Amino acid sequence: MYAYDEIDRTLVNERVSEFRDQVKRRLSGELTEDEFKILRLQNGVYLQLHAYMFRVAIPYGTLATNQLRALAHVARKYDRGYGHFTTRQNIQFNWIKLAELPDALEDLSKVGIHAMQTSGNNMRNVTSDQWAGVAPGEIEDPRIWSELIRQHTTLHPEFSFLPRKFKIAITASEHDRAAIKIHDIGLKLIKNEKGETGFEVLVGGGLGRTPFIGKTIKHFVHGRDILSYIEAILRVYNQYGRRDNIYKARIKILVHELGIEKFSREVEEEWQHIRNSSLQIDDEVIEDIRSRFSYPNYEKLPHMPDELRQAAADADFEAWRKNSVAPHKVQGYSIVTISLKPIGQPPGDATADQMDALADLADKYSFGEIRVGHEQNLALPHVAKRDLPALWKALDKLGLATPNVNLITDIIACPGLDYCSLANARSIPIAQELTRRFANHELANLIGRLHINISGCINACGHHHVGHIGILGVEKNGEEVYQITIGGRADEGAALGNLIGPGVKFDEVADVIEDVVEAYLALRERPEELFIDTVKRLGVEPFKERVYATR
Amino acid sequence: MTSPLEQKKIKIAGPSVVTANRTWDGIVVYRTAAKSWSADLAEAAIVRTSDEAKALLAESVADDVGAIGPYIAPVQVGADGKIEPGNLREQIRRTGVTIGQSAQA
Amino acid sequence: MPLVNGGKIADDSFVKLAVDTPLPESGNVLVPAERFIAEADALLKRAGKVGVIWPNNRDIDELVPHLGKIAAVALVFPTFRDGRAYSQARLLRERYNYRGELRATGQILRDQFVFMLRAGFDSFEVKKQADAEAFMQTAKRYSVFYQPTGDGRITALHRRMQLRHSEGVGT
Repeated sequence: MYAYDEIDRTLVNERVSEFRDQVKRRLSGELTEDEFKILRLQNGVYLQLHAYMFRVAIPYGTLATNQLRALAHVARKYDRGYGHFTTRQNIQFNWIKLAELPDALEDLSKVGIHAMQTSGNNMRNVTSDQWAGVAPGEIEDPRIWSELIRQHTTLHPEFSFLPRKFKIAITASEHDRAAIKIHDIGLKLIKNEKGETGFEVLVGGGLGRTPFIGKTIKHFVHGRDILSYIEAILRVYNQYGRRDNIYKARIKILVHELGIEKFSREVEEEWQHIRNSSLQIDDEVIEDIRSRFSYPNYEKLPHMPDELRQAAADADFEAWRKNSVAPHKVQGYSIVTISLKPIGQPPGDATADQMDALADLADKYSFGEIRVGHEQNLALPHVAKRDLPALWKALDKLGLATPNVNLITDIIACPGLDYCSLANARSIPIAQELTRRFANHELANLIGRLHINISGCINACGHHHVGHIGILGVEKNGEEVYQITIGGRADEGAALGNLIGPGVKFDEVADVIEDVVEAYLALRERPEELFIDTVKRLGVEPFKERVYATR
Repeated sequence: MTSPLEQKKIKIAGPSVVTANRTWDGIVVYRTAAKSWSADLAEAAIVRTSDEAKALLAESVADDVGAIGPYIAPVQVGADGKIEPGNLREQIRRTGVTIGQSAQA
Repeated sequence: MPLVNGGKIADDSFVKLAVDTPLPESGNVLVPAERFIAEADALLKRAGKVGVIWPNNRDIDELVPHLGKIAAVALVFPTFRDGRAYSQARLLRERYNYRGELRATGQILRDQFVFMLRAGFDSFEVKKQADAEAFMQTAKRYSVFYQPTGDGRITALHRRMQLRHSEGVGT
């Protein structure tokens, strides 16, 4: 993982000190809320239903164990003992006091953690694949580039007051675990014929009120040009993005209104002015960043260690291993996904105790590194296969070994009306009930891979548009009503889901989802045909008929 | 529960209060008749007409040292004068999340 | 509204004119864009300097041909949130080599000073007296900058390269 140097630490400290001054001026009344709001947002501080919410950045979803322990410390000291991992690889604390925030930020700064630009109309966390650096078949570690872009976009003097928020994601694998096609800029790391690293650049993806799948603006931008190219896109957006209507202010709207060809030309014209400037990245600079990413000293380990062979007799261990353990690019190692979706619990939460315990496990079994995925689960990226049985026992005791990764109970949900002041309906209780209905792991495995995404309002923080099953909570006559879509995808085959019928009430949602699943089980060609593929093959109609026949 | 952040025209359908979040720690508060903020719904000033609501909101907005993000929220007033939240959103704000968060300290 | 120029509160040598205010015989004037475009000759002929107030939703391309003749460009931040003038400032300084006074007007708090200085502004119509007084102190809030702009400050990436070379390769 990336090691901050003196220079990075200085910046974070200067930021903390600035925010302390801003909070002081706010509490004294020298700054009005109207003036302060934009400043606190630039430090990830929201006002929610019950309290402030504090969103801390986890750059490209990578954490060292001392950093995870610092997050546990913040949860304990300044919050109510838990945190929530988000769909952008960040962490949120829901009960923070404004007056204590400068101290919390200072505590975090000691381990190189900050909350810069996790909110506001600026450039947010540059997210990536939670398996970056260890996934088999990955072209090269995309986090090097995430870090370069992170630095370039942090406290950028020209682009800190954009028309709206701006999100960038990078993937370097064929299977896109970073959902780049629903980002403002999506970057697919590729090599040209000469073997040089570059990016296919997509622009204008995003969900919310007007969802769009990103469009390719340039098929290959050389690595050395990526910062200048991003600068060109941002400059066009900063000047021409709409500022009259916050619902039309994302870059996706500008791309849509101009059309991708015209938008490309505008960017190209700007880019020609700046491509040969100091924004061009020297190889030396790339090497410097790369050198500050540390990688484990992997041992030479056998493909099938004795510990694993022996543990195969334990049915529970096997169920977990088959579900949560993925192949690693180095023989003898594996990538372990840690499900934060226990049956009956809010998805994506972890207690301070769990975080501390996980940090210990990461030290012992994963070279001190943890990852955060956008599906709101965690991962240990470097676990020796021989350690899997011992690790599993420990995770199981902590309630972190539910074998439901990528299954129907591995639900992505926004905080919803229980926490969020933008929400129209609750999402977490819906998720909880669904996990209870499908709690049986045999049933869940019978159903197979199925992503449910739940959003409590049209802002779509739960990414419902791209769920295999998407659930959107709306309000109708003072009641919570839920619209259900099917057929969405967030990966390289990104697509928006389609509505299957009129909205249903809070108490009926779980029944409807059961009917959708039943329909799938009846309609699938063979057990291996995934839900998403059945929907693709047959369309929405057969599901509509079966689910709404009696409604 | 359409987010009241989208309130543009002030139109009230029944007895209402002004609610906000306390600036220094973010807790839920209600505007009182004594021009201050209280965490106790029982102490909230009740308005019954759009004009009253507008006036109460205006003077609440001006007091942003004390609390932020004020808006008008419906309440139910019982025969005994007891004030209860008037919708699910306000119920949640008063009594907390509905999700039985076992992780809470 | 205090003007900060040269790092401290200063008198404004420019008088702001509306579209139809009669031209004073002498003295420096700041005029709105449409007036400048319409009356450029008359304005440039008179004794006294001319500056332009350029709105943030108008392309600076129109202004570029005149840059050599004007003494000041005032750009506008209608709200803190509206950051279009940052792009205009950088283009004026870095692409068109504008050397005159570049003034930030509109809603300006001390929390924008560093961004504005880096974008090329050198004078500021500051909303609050206290912020104007704190200018020098606030301008020093940050010593680390990740991105290159026209301000000449060394970026973090290049500072690291310097350190690497001075310490020897491989440290």
